[in-house]
Amino acid sequence: METDKTIRVLIAKIGLDGHDVGAKVLIFWLRDEGMEVIYTGLRQSVEQVVEVALQETVDVIGVSILSGSHLSIAKKLIKRLRERELDDVLVLFGGTIPKDDVGALKEMGIHGVFPSHSKLEEISAFIKQNVRHGEE
Amino acid sequence: MAKKTGEAEVRPVVSILGTPVKCFYGPEDLPDFDYKEKLNDPGEYPFTRGVYSTMYRSSLWTMRQYSGQSTSDSTNERFKYLLKNGQTGLSLAFDLPTQIGLDSDMPLAEDDVGKLGVAVDSLEDFERIFDGIALDQISTSFTINATAPIILAMYVLVAEKQGVDPKRLRGTIQNDILKEYIARGTWIFPPEPSIKLVGDLVEYCNREIPRFNAISVSGTHILEYGANTVQAVALAISIAEVYIREVLKRGSHIDKIAPLFSFHLPIGGRDFNFFEDIARLRGARRYWAKLMKEKYGAQHKRSLQFRFSTGGMGGGLTAEQPLNNIARASIYAMAAVFSGTRSLNLACFDEVYAIPSDLAIRTSLRVQQILAHETGVADVVDPLGGSYYVEKLTDEMEAKIGEIIGKIESDGGIVKLIESGSIQRELARQSYAIQKRISSGEKVLVGVNKFNVKEEERDLEVYKTDPETINRQLQRLKAVKENRDQGKVESALQQLESAAGRGDNLIPYLFEPLRGKATVGEIIDTLKKVYGTFKEPTTV
Repeated sequence: METDKTIRVLIAKIGLDGHDVGAKVLIFWLRDEGMEVIYTGLRQSVEQVVEVALQETVDVIGVSILSGSHLSIAKKLIKRLRERELDDVLVLFGGTIPKDDVGALKEMGIHGVFPSHSKLEEISAFIKQNVRHGEE
Repeated sequence: MAKKTGEAEVRPVVSILGTPVKCFYGPEDLPDFDYKEKLNDPGEYPFTRGVYSTMYRSSLWTMRQYSGQSTSDSTNERFKYLLKNGQTGLSLAFDLPTQIGLDSDMPLAEDDVGKLGVAVDSLEDFERIFDGIALDQISTSFTINATAPIILAMYVLVAEKQGVDPKRLRGTIQNDILKEYIARGTWIFPPEPSIKLVGDLVEYCNREIPRFNAISVSGTHILEYGANTVQAVALAISIAEVYIREVLKRGSHIDKIAPLFSFHLPIGGRDFNFFEDIARLRGARRYWAKLMKEKYGAQHKRSLQFRFSTGGMGGGLTAEQPLNNIARASIYAMAAVFSGTRSLNLACFDEVYAIPSDLAIRTSLRVQQILAHETGVADVVDPLGGSYYVEKLTDEMEAKIGEIIGKIESDGGIVKLIESGSIQRELARQSYAIQKRISSGEKVLVGVNKFNVKEEERDLEVYKTDPETINRQLQRLKAVKENRDQGKVESALQQLESAAGRGDNLIPYLFEPLRGKATVGEIIDTLKKVYGTFKEPTTV
């Protein structure tokens, strides 16, 4: 750990996709890596997730989507985060994401994109390197 | 620990059951082996070797690639494409809003309309899917659970419109809601009324559509969620027993309903082992035959036959070097054939990225056709029968299935374990353990954690959903609502609500609302008033 402060992560399932074992596996891993992780459960709206992020003062939001709806959800999420002045939160997307869409997500402002089969170590390393907490 | 045998180093191997695997097996592994009792001929009790005596010599397994995309028109087009290419059955995938009872214009549906399958809002969509496809000439499989009663009722109405007697309809409807609470998550109502609806559909099909499999209890999603290959089968059987008890308590006889039960079981996946996967399906056939006979008193042959289709699992396929997945799926397919599957769907090589492209889906179909027509593997029933190793494993697998089911029963039953979230928790933990074994390289994945030389990136052309899908669907839905007799819809929904309140079998009450163009979402909202909605337990 590069800092003393515990990294707080919100793992979210936005939309109707119910495939959440990948999200849970990541939750177990990040907790083993010393992070505090909250899970939203299934079928959340962008608005609900952003409110939880605000209330729980998380440093990271990780969104898991395997239903192909990542682009439209990312667009709404980024917009909502800006409206709620949560620009500092590190936002990650994971799930069934075609290669072509990785760049598109990053252009929208998603910081890290981890398609299915990404290594757990890569995700936690990315969070530790890029998290911006405590710098406000 | 590696042991030395002479000069050669022996690689230690442990089975999925945790037992050490020997280098070879012989007669001493099968003491007092009684052919009639343990195996018997294919088509004879306990059906270890297969449910039919001639299997693929009489008819090949059904080659049924899962498909369904965006709108009813494009799904209809793909169905016709697959039929033209020699596919022998249809399998329909629905989009998530349809699966959980939301119309395309409802909040939260927007991002998922037409994404993972076809959007069905009203009967009109359904009619378009089967336009020009004679329902008495094909069999159709529907992967649908929470809204299964509505979908089946729509299929019956399309048949009526085509002039086909519903009694001649063939196919399978998944109608297995309990596994949705464990994996995949397309639940709507709490378990109790959901089980009641499963029972309604089984009862209705038994009476009105006898050639249709009213249920396909599915172990595939449970496997993807983290169950190992034996657990996936054991949990499916445990879940099937819940539904069987539900229908029996209404006064049905086991020999009336057991033949309506079929299973959809995984082949492949992250824990795949060729012989173990085959052995546990042979063991499951024997377990089921005994269960039906000894516990439920079934007597008819068809009640004792454990009939299953198989899904070649995507979980074992890799994002890296995706063409390797064709090889993996081919081996899964061979295991499925040796297991005596009646139908096979193979995950496609590009499914890690998106729903399959035409090329990928055709390749999966070709894999099956090559196996069936070029290799001879379909010529002899249960060719592995009598192998010391396979029979030993089959015995162990059957015992393990019984042990897992017994443990579930003594813990209060599968429904209780689902409601408390404890089964979800246990399996998610297992999934994490597998992931860590892959990360550490202990579990080899070729091209991922071994032989993973950086190769030139090849561009795969993946399937893209037409961005106009949602607008087209919204326009259609709007038109449907404008052109229907609103009063008629409301009174039909009112009758449905009353029937739900009385606890009647709901299937007959679905036809009027559907004929009047009530939407899937409206029907489900009506039922929510009576049944409530499920609250997810905390599992992590």
